[in-house]
Amino acid sequence: MKCDIILAGVGGQGILSIATVLGYAAVESGLYLKQAEVHGMSQRGGDVQSHFRISDKPIHSDLVPLGKADIIVSIEPMESLRYLPYLSETGYLVTNTTPFINITNYPKIEDVLAEIKKQPRHIAVDADSIAKELKNPRGMNMVIAGAASVFMDLDFELMKKSIQVIFGRKGEEIVASNIAALEAGREFSLKNK
Amino acid sequence: MTKKKMLLLGDEAIAQGAIDAGISGFYGYPGTPSTEIIEYAQHSKEAAERNIHRTWSANEKTAAEGALGMSYAGKRSMATMKHVGLNVAMDPFVNSGVTGANGGNIVTVADDPSMHSSQNEQDSRILGKFAFIPILEPCDQQEAYDMVFYGYELSEKYKTPVMMRITTRLAHSRAGVEVRDKIAQNEGSLPEDKRQFVLLPGIARRRYKNVLEMQKDLKNESEISGWNKYIDGKDKSMGIIACGLGYNYLMENFVDDECPYPVVKVCQYPVPEKMIKKLVEECDKVLVLEEGMPMVEEDLRGLLDRDVKVIGRISGELPRDGELDPNKVRVALGMPSIKGEAIPELVAPRPPKLCAGCGHADMYNALNEAVKDKYGDGHVFSDIGCYTLGALPPFEAINSCVDMGASITMAKGAADAGLFPAIAVIGDSTFTHSGMTGLLDAVLDKSNVILFIGDNSTTGMTGGQKSCAEGRVVQLVKGLGVDPDHIRMINPVKKNHEEFVKIIEEELAFNGVSVIIPQRECMQTLRKKTKAAKK
Repeated sequence: MKCDIILAGVGGQGILSIATVLGYAAVESGLYLKQAEVHGMSQRGGDVQSHFRISDKPIHSDLVPLGKADIIVSIEPMESLRYLPYLSETGYLVTNTTPFINITNYPKIEDVLAEIKKQPRHIAVDADSIAKELKNPRGMNMVIAGAASVFMDLDFELMKKSIQVIFGRKGEEIVASNIAALEAGREFSLKNK
Repeated sequence: MTKKKMLLLGDEAIAQGAIDAGISGFYGYPGTPSTEIIEYAQHSKEAAERNIHRTWSANEKTAAEGALGMSYAGKRSMATMKHVGLNVAMDPFVNSGVTGANGGNIVTVADDPSMHSSQNEQDSRILGKFAFIPILEPCDQQEAYDMVFYGYELSEKYKTPVMMRITTRLAHSRAGVEVRDKIAQNEGSLPEDKRQFVLLPGIARRRYKNVLEMQKDLKNESEISGWNKYIDGKDKSMGIIACGLGYNYLMENFVDDECPYPVVKVCQYPVPEKMIKKLVEECDKVLVLEEGMPMVEEDLRGLLDRDVKVIGRISGELPRDGELDPNKVRVALGMPSIKGEAIPELVAPRPPKLCAGCGHADMYNALNEAVKDKYGDGHVFSDIGCYTLGALPPFEAINSCVDMGASITMAKGAADAGLFPAIAVIGDSTFTHSGMTGLLDAVLDKSNVILFIGDNSTTGMTGGQKSCAEGRVVQLVKGLGVDPDHIRMINPVKKNHEEFVKIIEEELAFNGVSVIIPQRECMQTLRKKTKAAKK
């Protein structure tokens, strides 16, 4: 088993919390993991990505090779397209549809969504709205993580457990609402894949 | 026995390795991608229990000297820095190659090929070699951890500093690391030779001969230590020298590690000459994979006394600049390139920018109105920090970013050449890193410059580390001899914009050194504090 993922977003949106949840579940399952992060200058509102690799065999490269990613997981629609050169011919693109506009030349959102729809295997989910409906707007990340979980060979129960471990000290309510977000994302993917 | 496994960044693996290997002191200045080594130690309970030194130094030079002093006193120490930080620390670094060490001394340098967060992509291995200091270059997080133990043994065996060279990909990539039982810290002990560290010419000449003599032993260590490996392969049409992360990208291209070519994996320098000579004897040509500059590739041409085709970054099979990746290595191996779809044209670049509400933005708005709008573009020398983003739209306010502290001295030089106005913009942490001496030059020469010290009370760009300037910028500026009438404080917020512009105009009218200090806390550290207070 191997799963290579590109996590994408904008600096400050918090793609690393998705990586933390997936990483915990992977390590608990006894899998090997390598996860390259972006720190430093590019974190300030620029495009950021993390290469996240899990496998039942030792992993060499910290970077996902071009054309070999099984999934692009993005919390911003335009950013999901930036990493298409990494996506394999059989890979999935899972992205939020709510744009994060902090540049003046952001393309028309309809055009961005049209590009995403050109991908034969894609999940475009309005994670912001789902998270808001759940009264947990900050749980948008977990909606995306849940939507992506469908395409990973990772125990979903372990992912829920990792939310418990990671958010535990913030209280039961936060844990429950993030698990709800994760489940809602997963449900969306199962219906729309 | 199942060993304890931790999920660690490369930086964190080095910190944990040092803690477990009996370090007594970390010394460093924040710099991407090295920052997380000391940050990890600062948050480590074990480091606190063991009373390990782990506060930030004013700059890399003071850090390297602090670590050398701890080594002199017989304890294990580590200096940490990014590659350009080593330039700042070059004086102690190169000379410590001659003084040697007493307690284990490791200088960890994190290079940034592809310049993700840096001004250049210099290769620290070349500087390690220049200083006759042996180099360890781990290719994964586990090696990074284990090599700290070995590094201290090597350092104490040969009484030499050791360089640990990593790059961004390892520094900021997480993987499982098996940790070992902890070693106790060294008891303090003075060097046997009490003149070992006295580099008077007579002593230095003698020590330098010893250092040159020691190189053959260090080369031998590179053959036998186990970090460098000769891995045989059936297909002798090509041999491969894979250094550091180059080894990972090589193996990534073969299923189940079955590379058909013989490989020399290089993770310790000086290079293992015997292994390399054997490879060259057996193979028709040699491909060199190395992260950074083509150091081994260049050396190889001098190392060999026979004609062999050497390919790599110089010959063009690999790009001359930028970090390696699996696909670049694939192409160099003669395998077809693999790529997914191209990036759609509509995808716009998204460069980094100042955070919403950042005081630096207010500073640039005032500065542009008082200087750029009146005197034109081209008068502002800046420095290394978040405020360097003032070069980008919407501000386009600065005209230089060269090295830590260069804003002040370049503005002074330009003023000496007759440029008016000559403005410098620096942050508080960069000011105490390397700006104070430049300001002293300007004060002594009564240069006609205005210095802005954007005091956000933190080292912002690297993620909010404690600034050595915290709470003492005004005192320092006064102490360096700036006329108190021309030290101007301002809170950089929108409602003070007009007052800010007026202050700049008043100081433009003064012929001499003015220092304007826009002082407001960094939005990121403020947010973290507010969050912590809520808990």
